[in-house]
Amino acid sequence: MIKLFKVKEKQRELAKNANGKGPVKKQSAGELRLHKDISELNLPKTCTISFPNGKDDLMNFEITIRPDDGYYLGGTFLFSFQVSSIYPHEPPKVKCKTKVYHPNIDLEGNVCLNILREDWKPVLNINTVIYGLYHLFTEPNYEDPLNHDAAAVLRENPKMFQTNVQKAMMGGYVGQTYFQRCM
Amino acid sequence: MTAATPSRSRDLDKLLLRPGHLVGPNFEPGPELREDIKEYVKVLVVGAGGLGCELLKDLALSGFRNLDVIDMDRIEVTNLNRQFLFRLEDVGKPKAEVAAKRVMERVGGVNIMSHFCRIEDKPLDFYSDFSIIVLGLDSIEARSYINAVACSFLEYDTDDNPREETVKPMVDGGTEGFKGHARIIMPGTTPCFECTIWLFPPQVKFPLCTLAETPRTAAHCIEYAHLIKWDEVHSGKTFDPDNPEHMQWVYSEAVKRAELFGIPGVTYSLTQGVVKNIIPAIASTNAIISAACALETLKIISGCSRTLTNYLTYNGVEGLHTKVTEFVRDRECLVCGPGVLIELDTSITLRKFIDLLEGHPGLLLSRVSVTHRGKNLYMQAPPVLEEMTRSNLDVPLFDLMDKIPKDIVHVNGMAGKGDKKQSCLRKLRVVFNGIDGVTDVDMAGGA
Repeated sequence: MIKLFKVKEKQRELAKNANGKGPVKKQSAGELRLHKDISELNLPKTCTISFPNGKDDLMNFEITIRPDDGYYLGGTFLFSFQVSSIYPHEPPKVKCKTKVYHPNIDLEGNVCLNILREDWKPVLNINTVIYGLYHLFTEPNYEDPLNHDAAAVLRENPKMFQTNVQKAMMGGYVGQTYFQRCM
Repeated sequence: MTAATPSRSRDLDKLLLRPGHLVGPNFEPGPELREDIKEYVKVLVVGAGGLGCELLKDLALSGFRNLDVIDMDRIEVTNLNRQFLFRLEDVGKPKAEVAAKRVMERVGGVNIMSHFCRIEDKPLDFYSDFSIIVLGLDSIEARSYINAVACSFLEYDTDDNPREETVKPMVDGGTEGFKGHARIIMPGTTPCFECTIWLFPPQVKFPLCTLAETPRTAAHCIEYAHLIKWDEVHSGKTFDPDNPEHMQWVYSEAVKRAELFGIPGVTYSLTQGVVKNIIPAIASTNAIISAACALETLKIISGCSRTLTNYLTYNGVEGLHTKVTEFVRDRECLVCGPGVLIELDTSITLRKFIDLLEGHPGLLLSRVSVTHRGKNLYMQAPPVLEEMTRSNLDVPLFDLMDKIPKDIVHVNGMAGKGDKKQSCLRKLRVVFNGIDGVTDVDMAGGA
């Protein structure tokens, strides 16, 4: 290739005088794949999406879930998504921004959903994750607890769990923890 | 035989001054070649760590005179066992600067420019200046970034052949303990990094509930402190893996957790390893891989021998096994592929452009969304984005693309006809007719 570099050296000198406009960075492969995911979203009617940074930043977005069934009926729950440049080699980072009394979501907003961590596969997409999150509200499970107390109550006393969820969603204390109203 | 004046690199001369049967195409041996390598070739080494130190030394001793090195890290004590250009008194100094200085002190006539910054901080012009880029990195993100940059220089002629003068070759090395790989990437000819990203195994991620409820290993305890406990205690403050106080905090929390569950094995260095995802490094594996990379660099530049085709794996775990695999490129790769050439008039609106793709025999694309240089020109869904981009539909595409006469546009939608439709993402090379500067589209053969 050596000949080429000599030629290029001369070209470069010429180009410097002509126009200094170099090429612009391409979008990362992750961004492009996400673009596809987003434009193909088929959300359940209980979920809405928003882009806090405008239409050109798809890598950070928010999902609002309003469950239409189950313990969490009537509540509104906000999740933030952060997608990396090597998506889908890596799953999106998802946090629950609404403090919620839930066996699989801790008080810091960490979410225990298998496809967000150990079972993530590049064939999955944003739609799958959103359905997964929605599913957590219709069927919370005590087998993968992040909020230990909530899981124990759900397992031993579903009625009381129901009451606690209602208390939390209305805004109030469950045990020592205060929850803001999210209905 | 040439009567060249003997040089310091006498043995190198045997490769560069004499013809041979096993040489690469277009090899022109002679003293001019040797001098041209010194004068015209600029090599960028990305990373000044375990591989980077070796690479700089190897390249400097292989006749390259103009080297640059870029690295954002500072020297740590734990680097010293293998990053041999550094000494104890260098701890805390930028790796790139010290590495450049040490090699220049040792190898006369070599000029190394150091860049103590992130690879993203440099403009594209910086990268376009180099003849070849050699990578000594430890992350997929960084490789993917450099690959995207190098491939962004690539242009294709009207027959979808890469234009030689736009090819920015890369040589990539990587090691993990006793294992390593060396590969060459000639964008447009060999697979690029993105074509074969599946070669990298996914990072191990533990289920959060395992961390929270049933830790079984030392790593579980460390990840608990790092991912769950940190947020619980430091509300809002982000964890910084390069802050020793943060690391110390995670370590002591992990120890408490491990004691609670009777799990042995939590140490400070394991904590660093798990949290920063540090992979064990062995000096000699780095040396082997770097040597292969430096030699391939010399071969690509000089043509003195055929190059590796195109991916070498080295495995010294049980005995020694090494193998070269010829991976094939993904013709439809979004990063290095030619894309579909579309010629348009400047008056074509975005709406017309989208209609045109549906009728295009090579695409048959319906429900199209369009993006250009990070700007979403039109999105079919979700409704919120469709609304925000709808007004673009009646604007000429040329204007939406900032009147750039030819550029890459990415589209996605449903390809095919009838019930055989399949969702897909495509790269398009849009060229506008009748604009100055595009007349040279097929000058590729000229150079």
